[in-house]
Amino acid sequence: MMDRLKAMLVKEFIQAFRDPRMRFILLVIPIMQTIIFGYAVNTDVTDVATAVYDLDNSRESRDLIDRFARSEYFSEYEYVQREERVRELLDRGDVRAVIRLERGFGAAIRSGRPAAVQLLLDGTDSNTAGIVAGYAATIVSRYNIDVSTQRLAHRGIVPGPAGVRLETRAWFNENLESRNYYVPAVIANIVMVITMLLSSMAVVREKEIGTMEQMIVTPIGKWEFILGKTVPFVLIGFINVALVTAAAVFWFKVPLRGSLFLLFFGTALFLLSSLGFGLFISTVSHTQQQAMMSAFFFLFPAMLLSGFAFPIANMPEPVQWLTYLNPLRYYLVIIREIFLKGVGIEILWPQMAGLAILGACIFFFAVSRFRKTLS
Amino acid sequence: MTAPHAIRVENLGKQFAGVTAVDDVSFSVAPGELFGLIGPDGAGKTTTVRMLASIMDPTAGDAWVTGRHTVREAEKVKEDISYMSQRFGLYPDLTVQENIDFYADIYGIGKKERRERIDRLLAFSNLTPFRQRLAGKLSGGMKQKLGLACALIHTPAVLFLDEPTNGVDPVSRRDFWRILHQLLEEGVTIFVTTAYLDEADRCHRVGLIDKGRLLACDTPANLRKLMKSNILEIITTDSRKAVALLREKLTGESISLFGARIHVTTATPEPTASRISSLLREEGISLQSMREVEPNLEDVFVSVLSEERR
Repeated sequence: MMDRLKAMLVKEFIQAFRDPRMRFILLVIPIMQTIIFGYAVNTDVTDVATAVYDLDNSRESRDLIDRFARSEYFSEYEYVQREERVRELLDRGDVRAVIRLERGFGAAIRSGRPAAVQLLLDGTDSNTAGIVAGYAATIVSRYNIDVSTQRLAHRGIVPGPAGVRLETRAWFNENLESRNYYVPAVIANIVMVITMLLSSMAVVREKEIGTMEQMIVTPIGKWEFILGKTVPFVLIGFINVALVTAAAVFWFKVPLRGSLFLLFFGTALFLLSSLGFGLFISTVSHTQQQAMMSAFFFLFPAMLLSGFAFPIANMPEPVQWLTYLNPLRYYLVIIREIFLKGVGIEILWPQMAGLAILGACIFFFAVSRFRKTLS
Repeated sequence: MTAPHAIRVENLGKQFAGVTAVDDVSFSVAPGELFGLIGPDGAGKTTTVRMLASIMDPTAGDAWVTGRHTVREAEKVKEDISYMSQRFGLYPDLTVQENIDFYADIYGIGKKERRERIDRLLAFSNLTPFRQRLAGKLSGGMKQKLGLACALIHTPAVLFLDEPTNGVDPVSRRDFWRILHQLLEEGVTIFVTTAYLDEADRCHRVGLIDKGRLLACDTPANLRKLMKSNILEIITTDSRKAVALLREKLTGESISLFGARIHVTTATPEPTASRISSLLREEGISLQSMREVEPNLEDVFVSVLSEERR
């Protein structure tokens, strides 16, 4: 038993690492993806290109505009002189926001009447537009407080300290950097793609080149064959976790607060599902191309419904229930909490148990479908 | 192994989604025999050999190999046999040596025994200089020989070969048959399928299969006796035109073309011969020779097939 398994493993490793392209896919691509992804996926909204259409051009209007420009959120793109230009800039996507101040803005402020400032937003990207609107509201309310304070000062009243002051502290990700949230999650995606795709292709390749027929007629056992095909990918999966973690920690300075051992343990549990799917795909595919297509059939929904980019809490309830069948969901929680919160098994055990149960079901289902006969 | 038959097949059948690939086939092969299963493409040869090698379950009937049932004792059967599929499964990205080592590990061949065996197998198949070459970079004939070497890494009681020389150059084909005859001397039973009828003459016994049915099963010599008719071999200057003409005019006889030679199978050689001469003369095709010949296996096959299809 052990001898045959060893023979399978030796063969699989020679095959996996002999081809230079394969070595590249296994070792270089994960690091490259992490780095590109780390820079690309950034949902922090800063320096929004903003046009200013100031019809008033008073001290007050310039003061308000100045407050926008000085914040890190807005950056002045252009002072617009004509109405049509506003439309043009938004249409072309040169700016994502326009601040418009009507004639009489300064006069209204000075005389104590309400004045209006208009903020035009490019709502195509609704998420960003919402965040920008929030920033603008903060700046405007700050301006209001200052204006009121000045008015009271004119009447000789010095206002006391405000009643409530909101003090916000973000735990686990102090500067609210989206990179800290997304980069660790890249681990999950890379491990899933590489192990599921390559393990299914490795089995199907044997069907394609005819070695499967030959293997079937040898006394090799079903389990020896399956373990021979999956164990190398467990190792490759671990290598990938190590590489991506190193890139995240040393390149992007993402904090790794929890136990590395627990991270690998969670990975092992996740691989049970990932390789189980890979094995399942190999039982329904006859060519590597079919295997690849089928793998994407699993990968896309798994990623979209994992909470990787879109929070599960925002999904309709039936879809939320569906995500419980998605192993990536549990793995992402485990990775993010180990990296950012540094929590241990006492918190993560429900996720790990979910992953173990799901993985065992998927893997044994795939194994039961795997036959050591033709068609 | 003391089973009286190396292979015994009883009413074996296989259906794929309503299509009958093998239909009620029965025969047996004695230990030490070289048995050939001959038939055109799609006749059911591969399906039969796969069922005998225990990698495909039949839908009807039973088969025993070295006395063991191919379905109920499949794993035992696999220990006793070697099977070489049409495209033997070599790993193109492993070297010749690594391929053989892999199969040696799978069959659990001990280290001492292995070295000697591998040396012998490689020498036997003239592959010794290519040990470190990737299997994918070998020629077609060398790949087949490496496949055979891998299949023979353990000592099988029965060797199954599915069209082993299909698409292989003539020199490698000769090498291949030389190796098979050496194996026979070691007492291995060999079951081979082929579409090359000339190879059938090298077998001890031959089964003719078409559309899943076993039409005849006997020694090549006895099969020739099956031919009740005689064979007229004709050589003309324009054999294609002559064949077309004869097929049109001689409706009672079967006519087949082997290269430049036309074989006419007829129960009445003399009148047919004079009819042919006059037909060819009328069309202005010059007859170079016409004589009665011993039927070869191809004639037998054509005749048996045409009787069956009639």
